[in-house]
Amino acid sequence: MPRFLSMVRIDENEMAGADFPEEFDQRMGALLEEITKAGVMLDTAGLMPTSEATRVTWSGGRVSYTDGPFTETKEVVGGYAMMQCKDMAEAVEWARRFVEVHPAEWSVTCEVREIQAG
Amino acid sequence: MAVTAAGAQQTVETVEAVFRIESARIIAGVTRVVRDVQIAEEIAQDALVAALEQWPESGVPDRPGAWLMATAKHRAIDLVRRKETYARKLAEVGRALEDAPPPAEPSGPDDIDDDLLRLIFTACHPVLSTDARIALTLRLLGGLTTDEIARAFLAAEPTVAQRIVRAKRGLARAGVAFEVPYGADRAERLGSVLEVVYLIFNEGYAATAGDDLVRPALCEDALRLVRVLQGLMPAEPEVHGLAALLEFQASRIRARTAPGGEPVLLADQNRTRWNGLLMRRGVEALHRVGGGPYGPYALQAAIAACHARAARYEDTDWATIAALYAQLARVVPSPVVELNRAVALSMADGPEAGLALVDALTGEPALKDYHLLPSVRGDLLARLGRHEEAAAEFARAAGMARNTRERDLLLDRAARARAGRP
Repeated sequence: MPRFLSMVRIDENEMAGADFPEEFDQRMGALLEEITKAGVMLDTAGLMPTSEATRVTWSGGRVSYTDGPFTETKEVVGGYAMMQCKDMAEAVEWARRFVEVHPAEWSVTCEVREIQAG
Repeated sequence: MAVTAAGAQQTVETVEAVFRIESARIIAGVTRVVRDVQIAEEIAQDALVAALEQWPESGVPDRPGAWLMATAKHRAIDLVRRKETYARKLAEVGRALEDAPPPAEPSGPDDIDDDLLRLIFTACHPVLSTDARIALTLRLLGGLTTDEIARAFLAAEPTVAQRIVRAKRGLARAGVAFEVPYGADRAERLGSVLEVVYLIFNEGYAATAGDDLVRPALCEDALRLVRVLQGLMPAEPEVHGLAALLEFQASRIRARTAPGGEPVLLADQNRTRWNGLLMRRGVEALHRVGGGPYGPYALQAAIAACHARAARYEDTDWATIAALYAQLARVVPSPVVELNRAVALSMADGPEAGLALVDALTGEPALKDYHLLPSVRGDLLARLGRHEEAAAEFARAAGMARNTRERDLLLDRAARARAGRP
């Protein structure tokens, strides 16, 4: 049964100052409990905003550092979920349920990638 | 909105994925209405067919799981109504119908969990043979096809199909109640559930026959099952004990076979290949066991944790492991546990200490065909420099091993012992 990494991409500019509807936490909590109870969720967490991030780049044989925020990037990874599913279709179905929990006016993208075996 | 071919294909994939995710819960929910797992499974399949017919046209509903459940339950209630001739039953179903949620309204998560638990206890019921329990659990709860189960256990597909049909009939014939046991027989019934999951894992982890030493897919099916059990029975220490044990065992799978598929002994495994996430999950599950006296699975998990804590084989805390095996021997006395205790003792106090214990086991009828007994004895003799005797033991063990890979390893050790090499 392969493992999948779902990278949750959000628009930080849009999220800045967005208020979280009251039932959002509750719905998200219920969904995470359901994914866990299905024996699917291995690990999940949200990430601190890119204003606290640093990029370490290797290019042309030199290392350079860039501190966040990365406002020029429309979408940044805001969290991840590692799931163990029978196949990609099952992982995508859980990702669909995950994005649907969010308010309609937000844009959230789950990039679902299979983790290399071995 | 025109439905494109690609869109239709996407919908079919969604239907299938939703069904796989929900099928155990749907079968469980329907079984509560029709009281027969065989009919429940057929009705669940009907609901899947209905979704495959309707969703490509109408689009995937907002809550696809609830849609499938409602569709299946309505069919179940219709069926009971049509088939039921006893007025008393009719009254019961009428009540059930009044209590049933309206279409597209899901049952509460707790109801669904209860049904799922009932299904688990039913599929693992002691009236069934072990093989039947395993096949039924993988089919109804693991969502495996009969063909997948047959391949996993190197059995013929018709044999497994027969086994599953007979198991369902056996449950109906024995009048097994669709319920979660509470009270006197709960411990025994829970033991039966955990044993089924453990056996599924073990068949994948130490394949008893065939050419592959490990069939990870089966381990993963068992892991998923035990993780589901943790969600359903968070207050049962042994559920967490089994989960911890399987997470630890699974964390080592990658390191247990060499690129050519030959087995790698614990001492020789590259520990950087152990999976850290699974080890952490093992530690977490062991914490959830709590402080009470450890049951057999929690004790085995504690032993596995000792191995996980050792960054190098030389760092293994064998004294603690030997003490844990002694505790295990008190809880579930068995020659296999004694054999493992002998190995741990030999590592803690030297090969003589282990050999004394192993020699006491050689007449044990339960170990008559157990290849690990001569294999361990050979190992201890080799460490004592008694190479001729060691070679004979390894050869004997090779003759008993049913797994090709293990047999090759033992023949190789026999040859090395004859040459006086470790």
